[in-house]
Amino acid sequence: MSRAARGLALSAVLLAALPWVPGLDGNFARSLLSQMGIAAIFAISYNLLLGQTGLLSFGHAVYFGLGGYAAIHLLRAVNGGVPIPVPLVPIAGALAGLAAGIVFGAVATRRAGTIFALITLGVGELVHAASLMLPGLFGGEEGITASRTKAPHLLGLDLGSQVQVYYVIASWLLVTALVALAFMRTPVGRMCNAVRDNPERAEFIGYNPRRVRFLACSVAAMLAGLAGGLHAINYEIVTSDAVGATRSGEVLLMVYIGGVHHFIGAILGAVAITWLQVSLSNYTTAWLLYLGLFFMAIILYAPGGLAAIVVKHLAIVRNRAMGSVLRAYALALPAAMMMVAGAATLVEIAYRLSTQPEAGTRMKLFWIPMNAATAWPWLGAAGIATIGFLLLRRAAPRVRAAWDTALHG
Amino acid sequence: MLELATFSLLNGVVYGLLLFMLSSGLTLIFSMMGVLNFAHASFFMLGAYFSYQAGRWIGFWPALVITPLACGIVGALVERYGLRKVHPQGHVAEILFTFGLSYVIGELVIMAWGRGPIENRVPASIDFPIFTLMGTSYPFYKAMMMAISAGMFAFLWLAFKRTRVGLVIQAALTHPQMVGALGHDVPRLFVLVFAIGSALAGLAGVIGGFALLTEPNMAVALGPIVFVVVVVGGLGSIPGAFIASMLIGIVQTFAVALDYALLDLFKAMGVSVAANSALRELYAIKIAQAAPILPYFLLVLVLIVRPRGIMGTRDQ
Amino acid sequence: MAEPALCLRDVHKSFGATSIIRGVSLDVAAGERHAIIGPNGAGKSTLFNLISGRLAPTRGSILLDGRQIAGLAPYQVSRLGLARSFQVTNIFPRMSVFENIRCGLLWPLGHRYDFWRGIDGLSDLNERATRTLEQIRLTARRDTLAGVLTYAEQRALEIGITMAGGANVILLDEPTAGMSRAETENAVELIREVSEGRTLVMVEHDMSVVFGLADRISVLVYGEILATDVPARIRGDEAVRSAYLGTAHA
Repeated sequence: MSRAARGLALSAVLLAALPWVPGLDGNFARSLLSQMGIAAIFAISYNLLLGQTGLLSFGHAVYFGLGGYAAIHLLRAVNGGVPIPVPLVPIAGALAGLAAGIVFGAVATRRAGTIFALITLGVGELVHAASLMLPGLFGGEEGITASRTKAPHLLGLDLGSQVQVYYVIASWLLVTALVALAFMRTPVGRMCNAVRDNPERAEFIGYNPRRVRFLACSVAAMLAGLAGGLHAINYEIVTSDAVGATRSGEVLLMVYIGGVHHFIGAILGAVAITWLQVSLSNYTTAWLLYLGLFFMAIILYAPGGLAAIVVKHLAIVRNRAMGSVLRAYALALPAAMMMVAGAATLVEIAYRLSTQPEAGTRMKLFWIPMNAATAWPWLGAAGIATIGFLLLRRAAPRVRAAWDTALHG
Repeated sequence: MLELATFSLLNGVVYGLLLFMLSSGLTLIFSMMGVLNFAHASFFMLGAYFSYQAGRWIGFWPALVITPLACGIVGALVERYGLRKVHPQGHVAEILFTFGLSYVIGELVIMAWGRGPIENRVPASIDFPIFTLMGTSYPFYKAMMMAISAGMFAFLWLAFKRTRVGLVIQAALTHPQMVGALGHDVPRLFVLVFAIGSALAGLAGVIGGFALLTEPNMAVALGPIVFVVVVVGGLGSIPGAFIASMLIGIVQTFAVALDYALLDLFKAMGVSVAANSALRELYAIKIAQAAPILPYFLLVLVLIVRPRGIMGTRDQ
Repeated sequence: MAEPALCLRDVHKSFGATSIIRGVSLDVAAGERHAIIGPNGAGKSTLFNLISGRLAPTRGSILLDGRQIAGLAPYQVSRLGLARSFQVTNIFPRMSVFENIRCGLLWPLGHRYDFWRGIDGLSDLNERATRTLEQIRLTARRDTLAGVLTYAEQRALEIGITMAGGANVILLDEPTAGMSRAETENAVELIREVSEGRTLVMVEHDMSVVFGLADRISVLVYGEILATDVPARIRGDEAVRSAYLGTAHA
């Protein structure tokens, strides 16, 4: 079996087993897994644009949302008696995404780089505004709802339970991964890479870069629409935030943090950011700040994203040099944790004072009770953060040297 | 009707000048560094908040001076310790960095001042009517805004065209190594440019904080429109930014006052649209409702028809 | 007299008030190896940009195999059978050497915007790419990312991408720039091999390369052709010597 086929088979097994792993078999966990699956499909579609073709889009949610709306309208029709099994409904989303990708892509891909980014920004704002102004199509503030259970049942499955929805999503995720990987291996897929690397040179070997970008945009939009369709089935409602700037920003963060240079990056980013959004927001109201800082840290210090970090460490393990690297981490990691803990404490107490004054000033952070109105939490946190920062400054060169030796001998 | 038109015009001019104050700094940074600064509107917001806070501690007039300085310093630090590191990675990374920065600044503002709008009231020293037209009085601070905008325009024009530094910076954009080889400290120039751009945005924020609501969403509401202005005017052109600001400012202000929809036009022409027609919703949209998105229509239109913008010189 | 492969008629190019190319007329016969020499700033790269479509002439016509190509976009000119290399190396840095060459072959072998077949399954494409790889002697670096190659290797790759597609007319812009003696000799051998039976137009500063390879030489000075002739006569031409060659090359 070829490497690709083996990888896909393994992924299929993994995806199938996930909702039965102890700890992940509750409804909340399965719902989270479903969310991650949808995000992964959306992220893979976005990476086709950003990582593979070098196109930065600030309005990718347009295709996701329009796909979602198309799917939910179809679902309503199914509720009314149209005999289409629900697992196939996302195809309507994919088709809607494709249509939108062709229309908007034809406009946007006339240019590249910064202008393309601005066009996608403008189109995104337009579509979002339109979604609020045309209630017949988009349901206004309340959105459009439908039921996923009131439908013909395929193989006796009524999609009432979350685990069944998860399997539908997981299957489509595998299909998406297949399509994306296969597309990258075709002549036009390779030219996407070429146009990314050097659009001018691509012209001199006979290719119109605009055409290549247009094709990439269309395929990416189709897959995004598919994700939107699954979103519609999962939540049984689609509102205007599905086409909004926030969602466009989200997928951008996912893909960049996950890593644009590797296919797996999109999936890693989708999983990580979804998890952060859901879990972190339970612990703190400042989670958006942390996410933003994390994003900036990745840009500054790890531009290849999580995937690059993973790949680097796999290479270190292959070179059997993990031991020396771990020794370098021994100082750096505690220092980093000190810095983060101190800074986070400052952030948390500041947020408490400014956004939740009604909750009082007494709070418990890192299992330490403290009163935000007194001076010592501020001083203590600032002190710990500063010490951590200085230690990290000392330890960082050692870590870099250890990586260098581990990777290059 | 005349009264409405006159005040719409006046307010449109004021709004347009506000947009110009913002877009001029953005154009400066873009044309001299090639970076589309997503966080520019965030510096505007910082200006509004800083001046509010400084105003409460030391009074309005000192705050007017301190605030742009503070924003400039923040900008300089951001460039020196952040953007500079990202520069070798290319334009996409730079845009993303400023994109992340806009998130972060927005959250830091919430951390310091809370999620709701703050009472940024116009200080008494500038809140007197400068003239009375048709029974309604026009406040001094709006005239002050005009004066500050005009001053900005003059300052930037001179900086671009008349100073040696401006010439050097323009050269450094396209040939940084050559300019460096000629002995100029190119990285330091970039810090200077970014700082000046941010200071301008901060200055705009001082006044803008009175004209608009001062709240954490300010940057998100105004940011995209500023991009539209810069692109429609022509990336890299200050006069173009001025024309586009005025155009968008006036058109949008007039549009908000117009409570008509295409449906009304059809009715006047004697054409009737069926009650359950699919497009009826579209025709029923009033111009006033569509006003916030008119700039984006203009953006897409310009980018299709004349991507260079009204007076653009750079063709990306 | 057979139709010239490349024909320039009174080509002019100005940027605003500045005239770079002031009336260049040139005929390059099919199968000929033609070198363009001249002092820096003469407009040699501009001339290449005009021919390959990167710039449009202000006036004049450019004919490729009798077909008007002035003002066409680069990808259109390329599809008509003209390939060019660049003075500043212009490759695809994040793709492997093999991929770089393969991309240069896609359009000429008719694969257009195909998305229904995997590229690894196209045997004709992969064979041609492997053969080109051997020709430019980079087989050992097949899977290396193009961005990490040495300068000379990148120049070789640059030539490889240009010539892989089998274009009838090849423009090489200072192919041996920055190379050592040994590297230059290898490059010349490669150019000679690959341009067999094809039309080659070359900009070069290295006189030994020029006089070793060229069938005919044109001398471009301040946007005008001073002389076009066989190497022996160019070498002896008084005007050429005073404008460019100098007396040391007597």
